[in-house]
Amino acid sequence: MRTARESFWRGAVQSLPFLIVMIPFSALFGIVATEAGLDVAQVLGFSVLVLAGASQFTAVQLLSDNASVVIVILSCLAVNLRMAMYSASLVPWLRGATGGQRAWLAYALVDQSYALSIQEYERHPRLGMPQRLAFFLGVAVVVCIPWMIGSWLGATLGRAIPDDIALDFAMPITFLAMIAPMLRTPAHLAACFVAVAGSLLLAGLPSGLGLLIAAPVGMAVGAIVETRTARRAQA
Amino acid sequence: MNSGVSDLTVWLVIVVLGIGTFLIRWSFLGALGDRDMPSWVLRMLRYTPVAVLPALVAPLVVWPAATGGQLDPARMAAAAVTVAVGLWTKNMISAILAGAITLFGLLYML
Repeated sequence: MRTARESFWRGAVQSLPFLIVMIPFSALFGIVATEAGLDVAQVLGFSVLVLAGASQFTAVQLLSDNASVVIVILSCLAVNLRMAMYSASLVPWLRGATGGQRAWLAYALVDQSYALSIQEYERHPRLGMPQRLAFFLGVAVVVCIPWMIGSWLGATLGRAIPDDIALDFAMPITFLAMIAPMLRTPAHLAACFVAVAGSLLLAGLPSGLGLLIAAPVGMAVGAIVETRTARRAQA
Repeated sequence: MNSGVSDLTVWLVIVVLGIGTFLIRWSFLGALGDRDMPSWVLRMLRYTPVAVLPALVAPLVVWPAATGGQLDPARMAAAAVTVAVGLWTKNMISAILAGAITLFGLLYML
């Protein structure tokens, strides 16, 4: 059994590839937000208090379009609603964590910390609670702190960063690379396929809404296929 | 903000969005405590990562912002190679590298 310290470093090292995407992406947020008229404190306010890339870009976009405050807030919260699904899916793995631990986990619950941690917990179901928390913390530190520093650098240094080709595609590639090894069973494949098809069909809906319909449908299909497979195995 | 939005408005958005986003993340972890969830819920939750993350990126693969939403063979091929290598090797780093090489290779050639 590895120690909590080893789990922390394991989480930190596994998160390093994300930095290739994270640092330019966060700098881009700093640049875009500054160009929209936000000052450095406000850029950092977004990256520290909200800490959710897609919704930060959405907020700046809508603010510079002069959308009403209510619309800005609701649209961004809709973009972030998927994290409620992450929160629910972590509950079985983190029972026994204290209120304070749950609070910092919630604060640092982003796509990357969720995806790497759930992958680790599923692969090593016998890890103890201190190891699970330490792994999550290792990922969170490597993913979240550069996000804040990067957006500050973008806001202060601005245009010194070249707008590179194809950087837009770093996020899809890292997420797909993370998920593909998790597609172990027909149920996982079915869940993934249905969710992808649904999100493409519903792509015309306002920000985040298609995902909120497509993902639960995919999850339900995964559960149904799992039940069928189990029944067939028993028969 | 220079476009007629006051500093106060921006801070209002930041603070409300910060609190709201925290509450979304805290929701089940915080409120549910150690209560057991029904088994059908747990069964569905097992498929959260494989449903949410691919569905999140699928529109970005098919209609990339960089090409103004036009289908792009290089990006489609890169996504396909990433998934194939990830399925085959079960290794995230190999999959990222294979996807990146495919993308930059094709962008360079096309």
